[in-house]
Amino acid sequence: MKSGILTIMKKELARFFGDKRTVAGVLLPGVLIYVLYSFMGTAMGSVFGVAEDASIQAVRLPQSIAAAADSAGMALTEGSEADLPAAKALVTEQELDLLVVFPEAFDQAVADYNVASGEPAPLVEVYYNSVSTTSQSAYMTFTGLLDSYESLLANKFDVNAGEGGYDLATAEDSTGAFFAMMMPMLLMIFLYSGCSAVAPESIAGEKERGTIATMLVTPIRRSDIAVGKILALAVITVLSGASSALGTILALPKLMGGAAGEMDAAIYGIREYLLLAAVILSTVLLLVTLVALLSAFARTVKEAQSYAVPLMILVMVLGITGMFGGGASQNLAMYAIPLYNSVQCIVGIFSFSVLGSGVAVTAAVNGAATLLGVFILTRMFNSEKIIFGR
Amino acid sequence: MKEILQVQGLTKTFRLSARQQRLERTGEKVRRAVDGLRFSAYEGEIFGLLGPNGAGKTTTLRMLSTLIRPDSGDALIDGASVVRQPEQVRSRIGFLTSELKLEECFTPDYLFDFFSDLHGVDRQRREQRKEELFTRFGIDRYAQVKAASLSTGMKQKVSLVVSIVHDPDIIIFDEPTNGLDVLTAKVVTDFLRQLRDQGKTIVVSTHIFSLIEKICDRVGVIINGRMVLCDALDRVTAGESLEDRFFEIYRETAGDGV
Ligand SMILES: Nc1ncnc2c1ncn2[C@@H]1O[C@H](COP(=O)(O)OP(=O)(O)OP(=O)(O)O)[C@@H](O)[C@H]1O
Ligand SMILES: [Mg+2]
Repeated sequence: MKSGILTIMKKELARFFGDKRTVAGVLLPGVLIYVLYSFMGTAMGSVFGVAEDASIQAVRLPQSIAAAADSAGMALTEGSEADLPAAKALVTEQELDLLVVFPEAFDQAVADYNVASGEPAPLVEVYYNSVSTTSQSAYMTFTGLLDSYESLLANKFDVNAGEGGYDLATAEDSTGAFFAMMMPMLLMIFLYSGCSAVAPESIAGEKERGTIATMLVTPIRRSDIAVGKILALAVITVLSGASSALGTILALPKLMGGAAGEMDAAIYGIREYLLLAAVILSTVLLLVTLVALLSAFARTVKEAQSYAVPLMILVMVLGITGMFGGGASQNLAMYAIPLYNSVQCIVGIFSFSVLGSGVAVTAAVNGAATLLGVFILTRMFNSEKIIFGR
Repeated sequence: MKEILQVQGLTKTFRLSARQQRLERTGEKVRRAVDGLRFSAYEGEIFGLLGPNGAGKTTTLRMLSTLIRPDSGDALIDGASVVRQPEQVRSRIGFLTSELKLEECFTPDYLFDFFSDLHGVDRQRREQRKEELFTRFGIDRYAQVKAASLSTGMKQKVSLVVSIVHDPDIIIFDEPTNGLDVLTAKVVTDFLRQLRDQGKTIVVSTHIFSLIEKICDRVGVIINGRMVLCDALDRVTAGESLEDRFFEIYRETAGDGV
């Protein structure tokens, strides 16, 4: 009776979409991720960006540095030697971000200085306040500026002084490497959190409230209940995973700032997306089945949620293994390990090094594990210990 | 009259979990909840299973409705064995208890359709029955209200209605009036009588003497998992009140302590 599966699926989806709170709970993370990552990106940009808003006072500011600072977009005010103690106090009070003191006739002294002479070199002193982030970043920027001016003076050789184009990696490769590092862990976590948000409610919840028994006294097959629930939960999990993944992909360029300027998920072709869909589908089915089994075992929703925690950690650890190990495994045997194989496939797909047979083995292994899980879940629905156990 | 339900030596033993032993402060590892139970119910009657807490009423009714399997013995429901033909039994009975709950996020209308689908009731018959049952129980006004916002009485009526979407010949009802106010309880008992008058067979369990006296044709007294007496109500009471008779019987079987 195929319609039994459909009836259960329809009901599960109706319950999910009928409750605005659960819908929000599952789809909102994607929006949150987007907002959070974008915000983090902006915040990080301000930490490492040019200290344009920083107030910098320079004593005996030489012509050369003034020009360099100007072109770096830093506004400097001139201070006098007499005000030095007062200016330092301002830095301490975080009224002033940076105080730079140059020696007398800096430009001349630098030009006259002979490195071989062994005499002390002209000394520039930069006072800052490590408690203030603006001061700290102004300090980094300004000392960086001084460093590059110094190497410019003693110009014995240049490194990469041209207009760029030294990184010979293609945009495709660098995007690939980046996504291959981030996506396995992120996707695994997104998918897992999606299914652990809905499966305990759907299975342990029905047990806890006694509504499952109402269904069990009707002629519907237990396997139809198991399959219907798992399919519906998989649909919801895919939706929630898609929402989170979309949020991430849209926000990543912002998070990475300029570094990811050329980064673009559009480098992936239809082949990659199809393979990814196959991997994600088999992974979602397996994850949902695992959480469903835990939930069927648990007496209450709370209990089910606590059982889901160790599995969450396992999934995260598996996801993290994808960040290391330099690309996808080329050893087919590795793809026989459920969930680990998903991570390997995702790494491979995003880094263009996917093993086609690996994806096939993954889909087969995860599919078989899901079937086994459905079989066990059916047995559990048939077990009076599970349904009525005290 | 046709013997539509035959209970043949049903026996059920539970293994007590460590948790349950702790909660009930008992050292027993197993408990025989139902012990060689035998009785019959006839077409068109209301049969009452009367017994104190823990007597084994719920366990018995769960075995009859195939939710749990007996260790030994069997029961035939209109010829179908609860052990060997559970699917057939499920489509012939309506089972209801005060513990069987409805999913609160759904409306009576949705639930009626859902259970009709589970029972394979076709659309036309479904709409016809829905109309009829909803009107009779006054559910029609609340058809589109989520169960969560319904009163306890209305919920119980909805439970009753969705458990008989398929118009079963046998209705098994564990503690039908538990937790209901007098008005709602009356609606339920009136409905059970009506069903009987239509020729349905109804098995109810309760520990409430007055319910048995009000609606049952025959009664079985169950104590410690055993049927100690089973007969027509007037023969059981023999002029006394059911309550007095019950305590007499209880003293004879369970010994002292009453
Ligand atoms: N799933 C179970 N696991 C262990 N023991 C159980 C289980 N179900 C029932 N029992 C035990 O079996 C005995 C009979 O229980 P049952 O629920 O059938 O009694 P009852 O007559 O319905 O009582 P009540 O009036 O309290 O509903 C009780 O002692 C109960 O603790
Ligand atoms: Mg009971």
